[in-house]
Amino acid sequence: MSGIKDKVAIIGMGCTKFGERFDKSAEDLMLDCFLEALEDSGIEKKDIDAAWMGCSVDETSLGKSAIILNSTLRMPYTPVTRTENYCATGTEAFRGACYAVASGAYDVALALGVEKLKDVGFGGLPPGQMGTVRRLLGPNSTAPGEFAQMANTYFAKYGIDPDEGKRILAHISVKSHHNGTLSPKAHLRKEITIEDVLKAPMIASPLGLFDCCGVSDGAACAIITTAEKAKKLRKDPIYVKALQISATSGEDLMYNTWDGAHVESTYRAGIRAYKEAEITDPRKEISMMEVHDCFSITELTAYEDLQTSPRGRAREDIESGFYDLDGQIPCQPDGGLKCFGHPTGASGLRMIYEIYKQLQGKAGERQIKNPKLGITHNMGGIPCYNLAAVTILGTK
Amino acid sequence: MIGIKSFGAYIPRYRMNRKVIAQAIGWFSPVGGKGERAVANFDEDAITMAVAAGMDCLGDLDNSHIDALYLASTTLPYKERQNAGIVSAALALKDDVHTADVTSSVKSGTAALIAAFNAVKAQNAQEAMVAATDMRLGKPASPEESAFGDGAAAFLVSDKDVVASFEGSYSLSYDFVDIRRDEKDRFGKTWEPRWVRDEGYFKMIPEVISGLLKKYNLDIKDFSKVIYPCPNSRDAAAMAKKLGMDPSQITDDLQTVVGNTGSAYAPMMFVNALQEAKPGDKILVASFGNGCDALYFQVTDKIKQLKHIKGVKGYLNIRADLTNYIQYLVFRDILPVETGIRGEHVPPTQLSQTWRLRDTIMGLYGCKCQKCGTPQYPVSRVCVNPDCEAVDQMELYRFANRKGTVISYTSDNLAFTPNPPQSYCIIDFEGGGRNQFDFTDCNPSQLSVGMSVTMTFRRKYYDANRSIYFYYWKAVPAVEA
Repeated sequence: MSGIKDKVAIIGMGCTKFGERFDKSAEDLMLDCFLEALEDSGIEKKDIDAAWMGCSVDETSLGKSAIILNSTLRMPYTPVTRTENYCATGTEAFRGACYAVASGAYDVALALGVEKLKDVGFGGLPPGQMGTVRRLLGPNSTAPGEFAQMANTYFAKYGIDPDEGKRILAHISVKSHHNGTLSPKAHLRKEITIEDVLKAPMIASPLGLFDCCGVSDGAACAIITTAEKAKKLRKDPIYVKALQISATSGEDLMYNTWDGAHVESTYRAGIRAYKEAEITDPRKEISMMEVHDCFSITELTAYEDLQTSPRGRAREDIESGFYDLDGQIPCQPDGGLKCFGHPTGASGLRMIYEIYKQLQGKAGERQIKNPKLGITHNMGGIPCYNLAAVTILGTK
Repeated sequence: MIGIKSFGAYIPRYRMNRKVIAQAIGWFSPVGGKGERAVANFDEDAITMAVAAGMDCLGDLDNSHIDALYLASTTLPYKERQNAGIVSAALALKDDVHTADVTSSVKSGTAALIAAFNAVKAQNAQEAMVAATDMRLGKPASPEESAFGDGAAAFLVSDKDVVASFEGSYSLSYDFVDIRRDEKDRFGKTWEPRWVRDEGYFKMIPEVISGLLKKYNLDIKDFSKVIYPCPNSRDAAAMAKKLGMDPSQITDDLQTVVGNTGSAYAPMMFVNALQEAKPGDKILVASFGNGCDALYFQVTDKIKQLKHIKGVKGYLNIRADLTNYIQYLVFRDILPVETGIRGEHVPPTQLSQTWRLRDTIMGLYGCKCQKCGTPQYPVSRVCVNPDCEAVDQMELYRFANRKGTVISYTSDNLAFTPNPPQSYCIIDFEGGGRNQFDFTDCNPSQLSVGMSVTMTFRRKYYDANRSIYFYYWKAVPAVEA
């Protein structure tokens, strides 16, 4: 097993402005991000051999097929595939395109993720996305509530007073909101304070409004080709170092071993990704991260699961500024899901877009100094029943 | 000897002081009265209360000899879809059981008991179960709204190990129309209370009791307790005098702590009396509703051995105040509220799927791996233990009676529920097995990692467009009665 490392590279990317895009259809967003990527890549539309499209929420449905990609971008008779893997749908589209190119089946592939959540009509993700059996047997839960459970268990496990715990989590959101102010395409671009976070309305205890990411519309895409071809097409292609995904087999929810205070699939995907990318000390080697901060607690546990912070000690790094934009491993340099919101099909590719721009030195005001390796972490599902996708990207 | 082998009761946790009703709507009509009434939570109904009383009655007793189940109520949710069948499935009774709904009169509780004794006596059933339950709705500002209460009682009838032997009964049937509801009515309609009293129960209860005494050659003074719920609690003492009773024979009619529970009223008073009965006591139970039933029991030595029961006395102590009359109106869907678009979201229930999952949904059955011994919920074909490769080596394993420990929880303000916030949790079951469940009957501020819970059968959702009450199990904080 040789893995994906350095076999394929990204030669162009696009990302729309995320937000309440009541003026734009899903098709508009798809086309907008595609035109940016095409221009960035320097290739022509006809050079694209195949495409993968991610879109996951029924209520914003573009049809359970990727034909809409061809008919929107007008790519006649191109092979297209639709992917869905809950909130990791965008990364799943990216994986499909990368593996297709790595296999030699195609020279150039497109991965595009889109979601139009603001056509749902109410806040949060629409319920009932996890299948009919879960709807019958599962609790009447929402995404914030599912993740809030993990926060309560984390506090209990490490003996953290709930008020203190909320304050620790607040640091994470304050940091991301700061980064979001430097990010023109972000939905929420406003500084917030610890007090703002603590005083915000409670969504699902202990998570308040500012512990939760926004709900937005958006689309992002990447054009992928072989490493050899990429070098000829541009001077700064970004290489794929690892693509890993890990999904529970139900033991977290049904067997009695998981502690409820971390995300096991993130930990497993991380281990495999570091091996694939030949990273031995992530805390020292990783330059920056875009993790799945759907909620503040998800970001905290990702630090520990991805081993950039020791187990049970993320608090120290949060409070010391380790993950701030000027810290040792900036996390969510663009503001993350917190500020971009989470159009589920698009988020994975939006994370990759940020790492891509940072590695090329094109991240403007929020540019991190000389980054070499960046990681994205895109999680689908809920802490007790989920999958996690980890992507590592680098300059050669 | 035929009689009652075990008994149980259920009183919903919410109690509304009648002053709350008076304060809210007393400006319109002089309603209210003394004490408090029991109010079912938004996710409870006659079926769920019957299941709770049935679980209290059965505890860990072997239920494999129960050949019949009679469900008595005037407020069964379904006109077509047998309600007793739902209770039977939730209590995990065997498939070859005779089930019947006994309904349309508040004497249906005693009617069902008589049917159960007859079935066992005729040896058509080795054991029979009776659940009497009601949550009658009084129209806002009606005297019934204040007087009624919600609750249930259950009895296991057997021909051995009885705690109270059934000695006989006497019945009267009169088409005496004091209260009625036709198929479109949510609220009962009544005639003048003075007439109901003087022509109704003041005549009929003495008639049925004297009929029973005459039939079995007894005297009223032979009984330790005489149970005769009166629609108006204030008439209980006058009735005792009329019957020639000693005041010590009067039983608590639960009016100030529960209310008039309809079909379950006489049965719940009977449970309450059994909980304080001594061996040798004779108990007379009379009901009133379109005539009367009277039953006569004698308590045996075995009464001292029944320890698992919470009964009326236990459930009286498991309580929370419902201080907001509007909240009660919303629970009962009397006052429509804006649910938001999220609350409108009720996807169809696939009945072919729920039938396949019936053991899981109704009986809270999971399975236990015969290879590694891991209990798991719901039923798996491939063992969930990552170190066990067993396939199709499972036996059914019921979780409904097991305690659990909370490993994580939250109270969610985003999820739609008629009683926000929606609390839910992941629980580890005693003996193994884990899953995620809604909480009900809990105080969000008292939830914690490590707390103990038990399982209760409730409505999970109601699909009004398709007439689906979807029943399932929820976690409640474990409370010792």
